[in-house]
Amino acid sequence: MLKHIFKRLLLLIPTLFGVITLVFFMIALAPGDPARVMLGERANAQQLEQLREELGLDKPLIQQYGLYLSRIVRLDLGKSITSGQQIKDEISERFPATIELAIWAMIFASTIGIIVGVTSARKRNSWIDYTAMGGSLVGVSMPVFWLGLVLIMIFSVWLDLLPTGGRMNVRYYFQPITNFYILDGIILWIREGNSQYLVSAFQHLILPTIALGTIPLAIIARTTRSSMLEVLQQDYIKTARSAGIKERRVVFRYALKNALLPVITIIGLQFGLLLSGAILTETVFSWPGIGKWIYVAIGARDYPAVQGGIIFISVFFVLINLVVDILYSVINPKIRMQ
Amino acid sequence: MSEGKHTGDDVLVSIENLNFNFNIQRGIVKAVRDLSVTIKKGETLTLVGESGCGKSVTAHAINQLNPMPPGVVESGKIYFRDKDLLTLPKSQIEALRGTQISMIFQEPMTALNPVFTIGSQIADVYRTHQRISKKEALAKAVELLDLVKIPSPDERIHNYPHQLSGGMRQRAMIAMALASPEPGLMIADEPTTALDVTIQAQILDLLNDLKKTVGMSILLITHDMGVVSEMADRVVVMYAGRKVEEADVFSLFEEPKHPYTLGLLNSLPSNPKYRGAKRLEAIDGTVPDLLTIGEGCPFANRCGFVKDKCLKEFPEETKISDDHFVWCHHLQQQEGRV
Repeated sequence: MLKHIFKRLLLLIPTLFGVITLVFFMIALAPGDPARVMLGERANAQQLEQLREELGLDKPLIQQYGLYLSRIVRLDLGKSITSGQQIKDEISERFPATIELAIWAMIFASTIGIIVGVTSARKRNSWIDYTAMGGSLVGVSMPVFWLGLVLIMIFSVWLDLLPTGGRMNVRYYFQPITNFYILDGIILWIREGNSQYLVSAFQHLILPTIALGTIPLAIIARTTRSSMLEVLQQDYIKTARSAGIKERRVVFRYALKNALLPVITIIGLQFGLLLSGAILTETVFSWPGIGKWIYVAIGARDYPAVQGGIIFISVFFVLINLVVDILYSVINPKIRMQ
Repeated sequence: MSEGKHTGDDVLVSIENLNFNFNIQRGIVKAVRDLSVTIKKGETLTLVGESGCGKSVTAHAINQLNPMPPGVVESGKIYFRDKDLLTLPKSQIEALRGTQISMIFQEPMTALNPVFTIGSQIADVYRTHQRISKKEALAKAVELLDLVKIPSPDERIHNYPHQLSGGMRQRAMIAMALASPEPGLMIADEPTTALDVTIQAQILDLLNDLKKTVGMSILLITHDMGVVSEMADRVVVMYAGRKVEEADVFSLFEEPKHPYTLGLLNSLPSNPKYRGAKRLEAIDGTVPDLLTIGEGCPFANRCGFVKDKCLKEFPEETKISDDHFVWCHHLQQQEGRV
């Protein structure tokens, strides 16, 4: 098992190299001159030349690429053009917000998606099945930003139940500890006996979680259903029933563990997509995460920031796929042996 | 088959006038018609016939593993140890499965759950029916694997199905079927069809041994006359949902009466008359469609002795001896003349 994980980790290196290279050239080939964007229309040729030199943009592309690689290897993502801060710092400040949202969205999507999928499969062709599958079709079809706006309209504007955006009630004097606010809320509750931070963090999470989690939920539900239907037809399910295993156990142990294999792959892929979907959700809900940060950076042609952000998300995506692979081999003994 | 035979001391299972249909979109498939069969304690009864003749449906009607719907018991009764199975609540049927009625299947490749070890699957059956610890159940699993002659069973319990050979898997499945406190009936649905010939003989020997040591009855479903001669005490020959002949195994092979049984035995390659011959004799024609089948003898369209009467009504029982019955107009006439 450890050997398997180690092998997968080694395989990450070429993948990451590919991602980093791709990101560099995509941005280098994008139209627009960063120096011009930064200095504005009225900058003269000399000023532009000077800035290009500072940024290393005057060198040949291959040389730029070499410099860029050598910086990445030293884990130096450079400075943001707009804020002048280290990109590493900016990311580490914002990434927990994105991760927290993505994790909750995924928990929401996986638990409900799997339950709905299993129920649909068991009650195949009943009104429950039709409602669930119809609903999931609607879920997949809804654009994230639109769903976010509708949720805000209903729950924040009309019903006035939940906040419209942000991560924490701004009136609280709140000092983040880990930058994962739910975790911070729990720590502060234990330490100070005050649950208001936890409650507020939770309230702020509900709508973005639903907005971000709905599409994965729908996809997971549909995948679970079809996988479950296939598994329930298998001979070993008949064997389990003929041995007198209770129906509930047959479904939730014998069938589900087999049916989860494709679902886990989907969950992993969706988790990665959530990080990019987060750009829209974070913008709608003013969520101070990396998605919104990249969105602003793209608008400002802050190339180092965009590069850094994309590389960071890609690394994360690749790592999640590694986790999925490992989970897969935990569930499927055949893979473990190979 | 007189009424109330199920009350006899030596009778374990009594199926009385069973009619089993599948209601599908295109109409009603009459899978089993007016079938009466008894299985005595400690005997092996074989159901013989070609694919689709209703033998598996009959067997699955006992432990109620037929998919319902579309399956419907149109009429008839099934008694097991004097319990009327068709009126028992689902929970009691589940309790009977694996304890008193167990089952082994044709495909050992697919009949064991791929994501659990052999040991845990067998142990789970134990723990479903008895209050014992996991450790005790695993110890019992080792005992069972030993009983079915799997070498080094204490290591094998940690294996997954794909790590075992086909014959081993079938043994493991038999062990699973034996994981019950009071085995009464083992339904073996073509247990050797998927195995090669040498393994086939070993598995049949094993089943015969177990029948004696455990003292159970076996309902063996097969289309292989070789297996019948090896295993059976009594034989029921089925054709297109009907019982056409019933006899002890010696009478059946010595003096088969029904034209269909004759055809079956005639087409055996081991039949002495084929010595040196190049071609096997086959029964002309095909099995009638169970959707459109009429009231007459189902074999009429393929029978060399067919008469008008055969097409109109199904024959009454003709008694050849105390252990030999046949349902055929042609024979009725013959016997009448004698």
